Amino acid sequence: MASFASPEIERLIALLAKLPGMGPRSARRAALALLKKRDQLLTPLADALTDAAAKVRACSVCGALDAQDPCAVCSDRSRDRALICVVEEVGALWAMERAGAYRGRYQVLGGLLSALDGVGPDNLRIGELVARARDGEVQEVILALPATVDGQTTAHYLAERLADAGVSVTSLARGVPVGGELDWLDDGTIAQALRARRPA
Amino acid sequence: MAPAVLTRLTLTDFRSYEGASLDLDGRPVFLFGDNGAGKTNLLEAVSFLAPGKGLRGAGAGEVGRRMPGEAKGRAWSVAALVAAEGGDLRLGTGVEPDAARRIVRLEGETVQAGRLSEMVRLIWLTPAQDRLFLEGGTERRRFLDRLAFAAEPPHAAAAAAYERAMRERMKLLTDGPDDPLWLAALESRAAAAGAAVASARIRAVRALQVEIDGRADRPFPLASVSLSGDWDDAPDTEARLASTLAAARGRDAAAGRALSGPHRTDLVVIHREKDRPAAECSTGEQKALVLNLVLAQAARLSRAESAPNPILLLDEVAAHLDPERRAALFDEIAALKLQAFLTGVEAALFDGLKGRGSGVRVDRGALRTVED
Repeated sequence: MASFASPEIERLIALLAKLPGMGPRSARRAALALLKKRDQLLTPLADALTDAAAKVRACSVCGALDAQDPCAVCSDRSRDRALICVVEEVGALWAMERAGAYRGRYQVLGGLLSALDGVGPDNLRIGELVARARDGEVQEVILALPATVDGQTTAHYLAERLADAGVSVTSLARGVPVGGELDWLDDGTIAQALRARRPA
Repeated sequence: MAPAVLTRLTLTDFRSYEGASLDLDGRPVFLFGDNGAGKTNLLEAVSFLAPGKGLRGAGAGEVGRRMPGEAKGRAWSVAALVAAEGGDLRLGTGVEPDAARRIVRLEGETVQAGRLSEMVRLIWLTPAQDRLFLEGGTERRRFLDRLAFAAEPPHAAAAAAYERAMRERMKLLTDGPDDPLWLAALESRAAAAGAAVASARIRAVRALQVEIDGRADRPFPLASVSLSGDWDDAPDTEARLASTLAAARGRDAAAGRALSGPHRTDLVVIHREKDRPAAECSTGEQKALVLNLVLAQAARLSRAESAPNPILLLDEVAAHLDPERRAALFDEIAALKLQAFLTGVEAALFDGLKGRGSGVRVDRGALRTVED
């Protein structure tokens, strides 16, 4: 494709296009919007990026992203130190926090076990999790991992690794979503909900 | 649920069809015409109204019409009107120009291919399946899994989960790391999914046997169907599969593939009166055995409350049946009140359907309804 833009703009577009959910077309639109709104968007974004690059790090305790280390959750004294919730990525941690129902701490694995993708236990924050679970303070590890083959393999593996850590290992329930109508659910979910039924 | 009936079919640049459409009244349709006229292509077009690769197992990029000299097929579509309560639903599928993926449209909206199975359920029999009993187990397992999936849609997800966990396990066994806990986690997933697969299959086989036994008065050979291997719905299947896989690690690593598990199960069909395996019966008997399996499955599914009635696609079936069996086939289709598409080279093959179906002459991509 012939280039209409200067190398600076091309570089901006090429980088934007690497973001999740963006392609070349949306990257060009975004670059154009940034360049047209220099004061409202471009400069503040550049400052925010510089700031984030300088300050945000993975928490040395749980792996969450924050400008302080340990992160805000890990250093919050009001958090229940007996609970660790294990999530795949920071996005899942944010989802848990949005729900506002959990007052313990987290462990962000940084992925899921997948032999086909070359991701093994050593590539995930599993050793750190086991060490934390053994520290005497933790009583329960809650596995909040996706209901996929990789997610459930990882959950099973973690349960085995934690078997002699002296903590109870639980996982999130699966079934009918809150406010969900049965006739919109897929058959697999209904079957799972039925297996996991409990006294009303 | 109301019976699924296609009331109109429109093909655009599909295989040999540049543009063709056909109005249907829900009765069986017999398509006749010379070899190469496009009869099977029409059945294949209908088969794309189900998720998957159609009755020839072709990719979406392979079925577009292609003129001599054109490197690849054109964008194609198959559209249908499906009778439903409150009016016909517009259902369509195809490939857009310069795209590779098949898309599915329902009432003008792009939807997931899985939605097709809510509206249309297909059962097909093609000459390729005549060799069902002679070939390796793969084709029969596919046939078996289609039987199980048609009755229990979650079977497809369980089969995919089983296959995925087993592939991961083989990858670890061949390339390492040698991590017993990780292997055990994968084997536990494989065992849970594998047990679900095995139990759905045995339920399908048992239900089919009941159906076949209830049809003993038809002039078709009766089959005894069962599964090879020892994976079924016994309560200890999951635990036994997990321990079998754990014990077989060394052997599977040496072989480069998993030597035991439900992926090795085979569908065993015995011709009951002759007490012989289907593979040892005559070609004609084998065809009649498969046809009876398919009709039994159609009869079973036609009674299911929760899903659309099946539509039968029978390619070149009539020509291989003797007159008595042919008449019985037509009676059966009429009695089940199923929409069916049959093909044959001559209209005379379908004399037994006179007054109960409609004929369509297929001639080089053109369709013409004839008086019945």
